[in-house]
Amino acid sequence: MSDALIGLAPAAARRAQSAAILPLAVRDLVLRFREATVLDRISFDLGGTGCTMVMGPNGSGKSLLLKLLHGLMQPSEGQIDWTGHSATDVTARQALVFQKPVLLRRSVAANIDFVLKARGKDPGRCDALLDHVGLGHKALQPARLLSGGEAQRLALARALATDPEVLFLDEPTASLDPASVLAIESIVGDARDRGVRIIFVTHDMGQARRMANDVLFLQRGRIAEHTRAADFFPEPRSQAARDYLNGRIVV
Amino acid sequence: MQNMGDAFGLALQLVFSGDADLLEVVMLSLQVSLTATTVASLIGLPIGALVAIGRFPGRNGVLIVMNALMGLPPVVVGLLVYLHLSRSGPLGFLGLLYTPTAMIIAQTILITPIVAALSRQVLEDLHAEYAEQFRSLCLTKLQIVQALLWDARYSLLTVGLAGFGRAVAEVGAVIIVGGNIDHLTRVMTTAIALETSKGDLALALALGIILLVIALGVNAAVQSVRMTAAKQAYV
Repeated sequence: MSDALIGLAPAAARRAQSAAILPLAVRDLVLRFREATVLDRISFDLGGTGCTMVMGPNGSGKSLLLKLLHGLMQPSEGQIDWTGHSATDVTARQALVFQKPVLLRRSVAANIDFVLKARGKDPGRCDALLDHVGLGHKALQPARLLSGGEAQRLALARALATDPEVLFLDEPTASLDPASVLAIESIVGDARDRGVRIIFVTHDMGQARRMANDVLFLQRGRIAEHTRAADFFPEPRSQAARDYLNGRIVV
Repeated sequence: MQNMGDAFGLALQLVFSGDADLLEVVMLSLQVSLTATTVASLIGLPIGALVAIGRFPGRNGVLIVMNALMGLPPVVVGLLVYLHLSRSGPLGFLGLLYTPTAMIIAQTILITPIVAALSRQVLEDLHAEYAEQFRSLCLTKLQIVQALLWDARYSLLTVGLAGFGRAVAEVGAVIIVGGNIDHLTRVMTTAIALETSKGDLALALALGIILLVIALGVNAAVQSVRMTAAKQAYV
């Protein structure tokens, strides 16, 4: 299959054409809802390639951080610097796959077609994208009758249809069976290998070990640590991450 | 109630005899109300969609007005259209008074608020589900409106049906601007009103039964389309 058809190869080429949005620098990011501070002075840097796993207990602010980075929400304070671009400026150069995929009330193929046309992409790529995620044989079926794993693969294909330079994944494999998890990881790994920057929220330790280049560990809205995966799993620096990895309850 | 049995008999007799006058009245009723529903949908659906996704100052006021206009009295609409289309009115030169076109205009005005207000509710609910995904995809307002209208198409059929039901059943507006002229502007409801006032209750009741059956048929057709769509999870 042609790389250009599924739209993953051009990531590097496009980066060369337009001003880069990576590396990312986040400084003193604060998000408040009324009185509650849900993200508190978050600062970190991300390089231009690879897969960052965002981990931490429920309610630690992982999903909110993703939405801020993607420009879907505005921070209360602090800066998100995509190499000179603000988060809202670069939303179109990124894609986000939600935990629960929101699929249009149309056929599988029409879900992809819609995005290709809306974003001015080549509509001829639809079949190749569906084949890429293993849904070619379901092209004409109603999207909302797909199984959980298939629906998530369709959401991934739709995200890839936009030729993202950064792909955010918010627990895309939560509640999926092992085969579906591996299928998703294979597609995401493939995108990463083609130069798409992956930022992946997960609770799945095995998945984090398989996919991560580095781990951003959040606890109660703060960064407990940001460590290379090779160091994080054998020897996490923070007590919170150690407890989490050892299966102790962390809140 | 002795008229009831006569009425059913007469209704069946009228239908099966293929009475040309009856057919003419039924066809004109359908033509006027279906055209009005189509025009009202073309105007009302985009308005409903824009209000559904828009956040602008005075939006609550617009919602109140839209909802209030759903209860427009047909005779008032008829009177306003009459005043505009009568010889001395601003649109009198068009010569539309006492024509089916005038009846379509009146019914369109009557049901556009219904289509707009009901579709706004349907589209706002759907948008609540899609909004974050659409923002992530960086869609334009127009693309969002188009996507919502298409994805809500089966629910919007029911909205159209509500408009059609109101149009085909009303008598106040069409009798004022149409005049109930035989072979020209006589529709089911005006014919029923006329026959009732003439004392021919059986004929009036027979026409009423036919009107009910038409309404039932249209509803059944829409419902079956919706059920087929629901099986595909398109609703």
